[in-house]
Amino acid sequence: MNLIGLKTLLAKEVLRFMKVYLQTLVAPVVTSFLFLIIFSHVFGERMSVYDGVSYTAFLIPGLIMMSMIQNAFANSSSSLIQSKVTGNLIFVLVTPLSNLEIFLAFVAASAIRGILVGAVVYAVALAFLPVAPDHPFYVIVMSVLSCAMLGALGLIAGMWAEKFDQMAGFTNFIIVPLSFLSGVFYSVHSLPDFWKAASHANPFFYMVDGFRYGFYGVSDVSPWLSIVVTLVSLALVSAWTLYLLRRGYKLRD
Amino acid sequence: MSHAIAIHSLQKRYGSVHALRGVDLVIDEGEFFALLGPNGAGKSTLINILAGLTKADSGSASIMGHNVVTDYRRARRALGVVPQELVFDPFFTVREVLRMQAGYFGLGRANEPWLEELLHELMLTDKADSNMRSLSGGMKRRVLVAQALVHKPPVLVLDEPTAGVDVALRQSLWHFVKRLHKEGHTIVLTTHYLEEAETLCQRIGILNHGQLIALDQTSALMQGHLGDQRRARLTVDNVPPRWPDAFAPSVVSHNGRELVVQLSADAGLIEVLTQLRDMGVNVAEVETTTADLEDIFVELIASQGK
Ligand SMILES: Nc1ncnc2c1ncn2[C@@H]1O[C@H](COP(=O)(O)OP(=O)(O)O)[C@@H](O)[C@H]1O
Ligand SMILES: [Mg+2]
Repeated sequence: MNLIGLKTLLAKEVLRFMKVYLQTLVAPVVTSFLFLIIFSHVFGERMSVYDGVSYTAFLIPGLIMMSMIQNAFANSSSSLIQSKVTGNLIFVLVTPLSNLEIFLAFVAASAIRGILVGAVVYAVALAFLPVAPDHPFYVIVMSVLSCAMLGALGLIAGMWAEKFDQMAGFTNFIIVPLSFLSGVFYSVHSLPDFWKAASHANPFFYMVDGFRYGFYGVSDVSPWLSIVVTLVSLALVSAWTLYLLRRGYKLRD
Repeated sequence: MSHAIAIHSLQKRYGSVHALRGVDLVIDEGEFFALLGPNGAGKSTLINILAGLTKADSGSASIMGHNVVTDYRRARRALGVVPQELVFDPFFTVREVLRMQAGYFGLGRANEPWLEELLHELMLTDKADSNMRSLSGGMKRRVLVAQALVHKPPVLVLDEPTAGVDVALRQSLWHFVKRLHKEGHTIVLTTHYLEEAETLCQRIGILNHGQLIALDQTSALMQGHLGDQRRARLTVDNVPPRWPDAFAPSVVSHNGRELVVQLSADAGLIEVLTQLRDMGVNVAEVETTTADLEDIFVELIASQGK
């Protein structure tokens, strides 16, 4: 293991998003903040999804998880597509870094970005409503697994895309809809059967639902199911990413 | 002597383009080697395979005895590549870029003095804390050279390093590369400036359409073709009514007072002048033209195209 190499690539990936923090940290927090103001104003305390959980309280963990999902994905995918398009990815590819080391560095940086954004969204939400997780350990594990899975998925998207608009397409037609339709704004429980089934096929649903369980101890599906689905999707996506890296898919052809 | 670079039957296709058609090439440690060839010949493809940026379809390559695929870590530690394209990372400063590059190779703080030396040698010290975006093309090129050297690789490959670079920078770059060569580095370069290859390199390989069509010592390559290429352009006052049979084949052209004669190893300038005097031809002026690499290059490629 080239540990110094791995740490360097990780540090570089973290520095990269830190240098443009307005875009990578502040902007997503502002977006979540707006969702929070608007939705809590509209539904506020009048509606509750679970007994004893107000709509605003229901919304907060979902928004945190959604911003983590979107930003963890955005980090590795945009870094990779930028390096590919500008050509500077070669600086990494000519080094002794192994595929596993490259994978770990990109995924860890994505997870750090996702968790940072999530933490700031949470801090802002506290100004609205002081909510604290009932199961903090579960919340942390769910955050790490989810962000890692999205970081790996971002690598796949970054390898596949050859142009920025293909990347934008992946984000806008896959990641954004799946994260909006994962029960952030409503309980999937209340949906008609077809949409309920469709939601259950969406891995982001388990991330959001599990994360919410971590806060309030209530959820649509068992928290163990959520964590298993997230873990399995992380394993599958990671295996696929490593396979593509090993083949040099669109990187070393 | 061990091999700095060893390439065996290397093949590479990009769809219908046969970029490399079975290249065999061995470059010894300590050589200063030039890889020449027209655009699209496959030079960059060959270099990219060595660097691990592209995978060969078949054949093998090794750097300092380490296979570039099966033993890529050691192979890449032994190789520095200056890419043809002027690529850079717009997020970072020159010093950050060098530190990161060294870090990827597993080198930490202990390597800092070498990075400072590189900055100094490549006249980048003033710009060390400037963002890559603010650098001129020539400076970016020097940063690429520095990046290729952060891990002190024994083998340095430069892919058209002087394309679009001004004369002063070219001079200083070659000065620096020559020093690296003297210090024991193996240097391989591709260039379009043939005179660079001719003056700098001991050995030359010419690649065309993915095949190595010539491979020899620079001097031998020049000499081998000198016989064909060396000519005398004479200004003569008179000519005989017809050339003697022994002499006729040497006459390339005769136009008014201008006579162009092919020289060869047996019939050098002195012999030709003697023969002409014996024929009663009065020679007023003599000018010889020697082949340069450009002629050889053009000739080889033309003969291969037939
Ligand atoms: N990534 C690629 N995809 C498709 N074709 C390529 C690619 N890289 C190079 N080629 C083709 O392979 C041939 C050799 O290219 P290259 O190695 O860049 O030549 P050189 O460096 O000698 O100019 C050219 O015909 C080029 O168009
Ligand atoms: Mg080239």
